[in-house]
Amino acid sequence: MAGTNKIATRESYGNALVELAAEHDDIIVLDADLAGATKTGIFRKAYPDRHFNCGIAEADLIDVSAGLSTMGFVPFCSTFAMFAAGRAFEQVRNTLGYPHLNVKVCATHGGISVGEDGASHQCCEDFALMRSIPGMVVLCPSDDIEARAAVKAAYEYSGPVYIRFGRSAVPVIHDSSYAGFTIGKAEMLREGSDAALIATGLMTAEALAAADMLEARGIHARVINVCSIKPLDEEIVLAAAGECGRIVTCEEHSVIGGLGDAVCALVSERCPVPVRRVGVNDVFGHSGPAANLLREFGLSAENIAKTAMELIQGN
Amino acid sequence: MTPEEKKNLRVTACRVRQGIIEGTFRAKSGHPGGSLSAADVITYLYFSRMRVDPSDPDRADRDRFVLSKGHAAPALYSVLAQRGFFPVEELKTLRHIGSRLQGHPNMNLTPGVDMSTGSLGQGVSAAAGMALGAKLKGLDSRVYTLLGDGEIQEGQVWEAMMFSAHYKLDNLVVLVDNNGLQIDGAVSDVMSPYPIDEKLAAFGLFVQTVDGHDFDELERAFDRAEAEKGRPSAIVLKTVKGRGVSYMENQVGWHGKAPNEEEYHQAMDELAEALAREEVR
Repeated sequence: MAGTNKIATRESYGNALVELAAEHDDIIVLDADLAGATKTGIFRKAYPDRHFNCGIAEADLIDVSAGLSTMGFVPFCSTFAMFAAGRAFEQVRNTLGYPHLNVKVCATHGGISVGEDGASHQCCEDFALMRSIPGMVVLCPSDDIEARAAVKAAYEYSGPVYIRFGRSAVPVIHDSSYAGFTIGKAEMLREGSDAALIATGLMTAEALAAADMLEARGIHARVINVCSIKPLDEEIVLAAAGECGRIVTCEEHSVIGGLGDAVCALVSERCPVPVRRVGVNDVFGHSGPAANLLREFGLSAENIAKTAMELIQGN
Repeated sequence: MTPEEKKNLRVTACRVRQGIIEGTFRAKSGHPGGSLSAADVITYLYFSRMRVDPSDPDRADRDRFVLSKGHAAPALYSVLAQRGFFPVEELKTLRHIGSRLQGHPNMNLTPGVDMSTGSLGQGVSAAAGMALGAKLKGLDSRVYTLLGDGEIQEGQVWEAMMFSAHYKLDNLVVLVDNNGLQIDGAVSDVMSPYPIDEKLAAFGLFVQTVDGHDFDELERAFDRAEAEKGRPSAIVLKTVKGRGVSYMENQVGWHGKAPNEEEYHQAMDELAEALAREEVR
């Protein structure tokens, strides 16, 4: 499944918008002075009349999108995750979430792989914030192919959706056999029953690599890729808990409130098994190259494999 | 506006005020002060200005109203009921469990409500999105939004003003209910928003200031706003908080407090007298 081709999911997002807009004239794209970085600029170049810049005004960005949605448009609004989920949280909560409006909040530069910009721009809290809003769909694609499928699924779904895309190029892990993406469904990428590695975003590629490392030590790890953080695919997680007996969650997000917490909440109520959460351990990031930061903060195949070994050995 | 039309508006506005008092009294909570200051302009909009159809509240080519100062929901509900969107009797369920009339407007529950609001500062952005959407759809719908004068302390309001002027949303009219009072006191003491008109003009809006309780002045201002092309309009409404109920007028304490039994009867008596006066005028 794994390939050597790498592409940032924000790039996939910009390309997917152009593909979708060719078929659907109700798509409107809004940005807050980051069109070059969020890649809505790709859409703007193709459809300049359907792209609106709100300037550096994220609260306005969200609520203008809300108003547009009531007129029959499907707005895709973009800025960095820190400002979409963070700064404009209350606008998303009250003016998109509460009325359940058909707006897609497409946030780029999620997680610590933002790199050199440092902690002020490294949003590791967006899953927690967005998950807490009733009725909100929260997606985090792992690669180019899944990212483009997620954008399409978000368009086809009626209601508010938050999608996190990344800044850094990540390996394309899906291939032509990809079955497509459904909101609320996760996918098993690798069979195994000694431990389950449940991952999202760029951590899915790391989990696959970790499974290789574990295999070399005779441990067969199951790898599950979760693009749909909310709603969570309970069936696949509970099956993993029951069949593997131990779970390691892997996410480029705080261990508070993200995929790990969602998995813990589910299995503790329905099928209690030991869980370890690999994520950002309640600390702020700092400046540096993305690859170095991911290693430093334990967001790596090595740390996933090590954590799984510790769990298996009962440490 | 003919004298007959004006008389009808004044009569309707009295009934709207009765509904505000009825609702907040039965709810034992709510915001009568700012509802009463806004009662005349919302009555004017729905009875004299806006293209709306109570039998088809969601029709695509309707005009829109966003109550950015969502706490004045009793005024909006009372106007919508008088206009036929739902029974006037339903105003008695305001804020009750199971009611379609939530403490702040919910577009999915209440027929005629165009946007859910309540958290201050967000309505102008939503209204601007609607105005932009109408233009993109080629609709001649117009969009109105009503803000409190305390509400314009919210920074997002000014983000939205910039947006509206930048995209030349001349189908948008921003209304500021300048009753001069907010929860903690006079707006000029708490955090002065003045000069409101000059600020709005500096942000690129065409600004007028009128008596918000005078239907002739309102008519002239809305006509003039509609004639203005290439930029959004703003109308600063000089109003009296609590207008129409003697003991509530200009009293900051009546921002967010319901009348008790005795106060309720006094208010309803005053409004009944006012209604009788208007009907024989």
